[in-house]
Amino acid sequence: MDFTLPQYDPFRMLPEIFMLLWALWVFTYDLITKRQKEAAVGYMALIGPAVPLLFIVFYLTGLLPESWRYGGSGFGAMFFNDTTAMFFKIVFLGAAIMAIGSSFGITKQKIVNHRGEFYGLLLFSTLGMMFLASSNELLTLYIGLELTTIPLFVLAAFFKDDKLSVEAGVKYFVIGAFSSALLLYGMSFLYGLSGTTGLVQMKMNMAVVFLSYRDIGVILLGGIVLLVAGVGFKLALPPFHQWAPDVYEGSPTPIAAFLSVGSKAAGLVAFGKIFVNGLMAFFGPEQAPNDWGMLVGLLAILAMVIGNVVAIRQTNIKRMLAYSSIAQAGYIMIGMVVLNEHGMASVAYYIFAYMFANMGAFAAVAIFEDQTGSCQIEDYKGLAKTSPVFAVSLSLFLLSLVGIPPLAGFLAKYKVFAAAISMATVDPSASWLYWLVGVGVLTAVFSLFYYANVMRLMFFSNEEPRHKITYSVPALCVLLLGLAGIVVFGIYAEPILKLVRTIPADFGLYIP
Amino acid sequence: MEKEILTLVTFFPLVGVVLLTILPRDRHDSIKGFALIISFVTFLFSTWLYYMFDPLGNGMQMEVNIPWITSLGISYHMGVDGISLLLIMLTTILTFLSILASWNSIKTGVKGYYISMLLLETGMIGVFCALDLFMFYVFWEVMLVPMYFIIGLWGGPRKIYAAIKFVLFTMFGSLLMLVGIIYILFEYQKYSGVFSFDMLKIIGELPLSYQAQLWLFGAFALAFAIKVPLFPFHTWLPDAHVQAPTAGSVILAGVLLKMGTYGFIRICLPLFPDATITYLPYICILSLIAIIYGALVAMVQRDVKSLVAFSSVSHMGFVMLGMFALNTQGIQGSIIQMINHGISTGGLFLLVGMLYERRHTRLIEDFGGIARVMPAYAAFFMIITLSSIGLPFTNGFVGEFLILLGAFHKNNVYGIIGATGVVFAACYMLWMYQRVFFGKVTNDENKKLLDLSWREKVILVPLVLLVFWIGVYPKPLFEILKPSVNLVVEQMERAEAVRLDDDYRVEEKLTTVEVGNNELSFDTEEQSDE
Repeated sequence: MDFTLPQYDPFRMLPEIFMLLWALWVFTYDLITKRQKEAAVGYMALIGPAVPLLFIVFYLTGLLPESWRYGGSGFGAMFFNDTTAMFFKIVFLGAAIMAIGSSFGITKQKIVNHRGEFYGLLLFSTLGMMFLASSNELLTLYIGLELTTIPLFVLAAFFKDDKLSVEAGVKYFVIGAFSSALLLYGMSFLYGLSGTTGLVQMKMNMAVVFLSYRDIGVILLGGIVLLVAGVGFKLALPPFHQWAPDVYEGSPTPIAAFLSVGSKAAGLVAFGKIFVNGLMAFFGPEQAPNDWGMLVGLLAILAMVIGNVVAIRQTNIKRMLAYSSIAQAGYIMIGMVVLNEHGMASVAYYIFAYMFANMGAFAAVAIFEDQTGSCQIEDYKGLAKTSPVFAVSLSLFLLSLVGIPPLAGFLAKYKVFAAAISMATVDPSASWLYWLVGVGVLTAVFSLFYYANVMRLMFFSNEEPRHKITYSVPALCVLLLGLAGIVVFGIYAEPILKLVRTIPADFGLYIP
Repeated sequence: MEKEILTLVTFFPLVGVVLLTILPRDRHDSIKGFALIISFVTFLFSTWLYYMFDPLGNGMQMEVNIPWITSLGISYHMGVDGISLLLIMLTTILTFLSILASWNSIKTGVKGYYISMLLLETGMIGVFCALDLFMFYVFWEVMLVPMYFIIGLWGGPRKIYAAIKFVLFTMFGSLLMLVGIIYILFEYQKYSGVFSFDMLKIIGELPLSYQAQLWLFGAFALAFAIKVPLFPFHTWLPDAHVQAPTAGSVILAGVLLKMGTYGFIRICLPLFPDATITYLPYICILSLIAIIYGALVAMVQRDVKSLVAFSSVSHMGFVMLGMFALNTQGIQGSIIQMINHGISTGGLFLLVGMLYERRHTRLIEDFGGIARVMPAYAAFFMIITLSSIGLPFTNGFVGEFLILLGAFHKNNVYGIIGATGVVFAACYMLWMYQRVFFGKVTNDENKKLLDLSWREKVILVPLVLLVFWIGVYPKPLFEILKPSVNLVVEQMERAEAVRLDDDYRVEEKLTTVEVGNNELSFDTEEQSDE
């Protein structure tokens, strides 16, 4: 039997290896300093995502020497560094940095004994996301997804004495385990149909199967439904969204932020890899009932409507942001179902802009919660009088989430809508995408209502504010980073747009 | 310098924004001073622009075209023609005057207020300069935020309701417009192979099918009609106007409403000429309804400010009527009337604000005999009122006369119904004037009112000068407007001619009949040839 070992190329995995070692080091560091260091653990943890981030950015800008063969595939094509992988790694690492930066408050006050574990688990979760982004076949993808979520179960329940936090942890665990099972079950269907777990090979085998039988029927349909449900739970797409508000409300605020950005981005990558890449042949109305495009489009509509309408009634700002993130996932899914050279690019830019705005908004909420212990929107009343910088920056984050130019969120919404229209103008069978755009536009107006409500309370209330915000250095840095992100990438978006332009090619959507 | 002047005018207020953010919050005088100086310098830049503008030149002038986001085909493309030049002048004058007018009335949050005003100015000028659809949209949206805060923070008792209503209405319209813009982008890409938002290129080259034009006109026209506001979409306006602070109302009436009509003339008419002709009767009817309805509702208002607000609905109806008469007189009149409305309604809001500062009420029944107590105030009010009604030798006359002339050319019925609006305007304005200013001073509180201060006179004198200048010698304005108006009219005439030659419906009939019966189709062809 002719068997050669796959080529191992550790260079491809350098950032991941570093993250792994550094996460272990953070655990150890907290122990050997006898859990006495308050902020040092946090700063130590910041290095974890910062170094890989710099590494990837240097690689992309061409500052690394050619001999550091970072891009391309390694480990027998199980691990693949294309633009998509690198771009999403930047998003994950950025989210991790901002989450760690806004955790300094709670590790000072509440998590006194387990700082190392808190940060270490956060790094492990990020590591899982990075593997997920580089995965090129279903099993690696599944393992990456598990490594992402299992640390987050623990992190969601990190306030052991707080009922809500424990509830959040348990809820997230049950839902997460259940959805993983669904996902795995769905993957087994795909494996049964195509005989491979490799995504590209799967795409080809499926196309052959499809061409020879035309209608693969109920097995594929079952697989698609299971996979949509499995990833839908991770993405909190309605009707699989019920866990999100409770979990966001209960878990520590930086973890909620990380869930809403990092975990969501991971779900998007998984979705893109399985559906856009693997099941590309089964998109479009003529393939009904095996078509997944309209099904996902329907979920996107549900997400935008439910997310934006229910958010209006929320009184807790974390719950409001949870529903807003459900709605934002709906907007992102518009880009996801557009299978041309614009679709995945708009998804990537959207999640990038969303990272800055949403992490920033949650960072502001975390700062407020650290000082007042409250997450009620009512308590933000009149804050503009005592803490104008805080009020202005939170407003800018919310405005970017609405999509007001010239902030980055606007360009993101623009790109998603543009992608949908670009496909609908060319392909008459895709004219249902106009409905997605229409609902998106309409619900964006609703979204303005609840985002503006927070601004209204902060700026327009006549009551004397009860609180004055003071900032710690890391928290202020996170706010400024978020602001810089939404402003700079709204006005000078060219480098990012250039980068995301090649992403659809990685999914085989067009040949550059 | 010719290249940079537009950038300078547009973004100079932003320099002020940066400057004001640095200043400490409690130094009110220097904040006000700086804001005033910045807005005055912006005004000076805009007069410089006016002198550099060549009234004989065709097309856009002082064009700047720099790629901004090349991968999306977005460029920083700015330029002015006669229409936008006049509106920019109006913007800079009114911003300067309203900053001066807010000197004493804004006492809380001074810093934020002046920052918002300057930010708003950049947004407004940007809308009038932008020649790139994307830039146009960006500026269009940017000015929403400061206006939201100006109404919501410094407004009247129901300010929050008004602010949110204003933003929701505008946002709804503008998002539909965004969808339209994206659609045009891809149509243009299909046609020419490149991504471009360039308004001039798109207007000049892109052939849009009739069906597409109908939809796109709908999307754009809804955004603009909400802004104008045309009759069924006007409900945000009285709330926003009445609740906004004086300067907010002035800017709102003076400039923001013009953005809607400007959008019609810059984008809707030239880009969708066939759809314009199809929609024309409906829009004319809606503007006639606006003229009459606005006037009738204004007549029964008890609050002077909401009276002026409803008179705005009526006046903007005139502007729309003139524009959709689609002939030289009508369009010229409608642009002149845009400027006039900015001056006279802006002036009325300023005057009402001055009275409100003294008495803290705006109800007509609280006044009476004010002319005896405040003679100078009454005189200024009279002049602006007459200009609003459209008395000969005031600016209002020039605009309304031309609009009605255009309307009569188009259709006698439009002209007749429109002309009644002028009569109604005289009714509600003069009746209000009589109840407020004439008669005996019935209310004791009114006896101690002070007449205008020199600051207030400084605000009003330029407006009065403009009223008479445009009323007596409007020739320079016509000269500036002529090339751009001719261009629009030519385009519309061409579209109308094409429409008459081979009507779409005849074409459709021919093809359907041809399929069914050869003989019959031959007959119809002959008939159409005759």
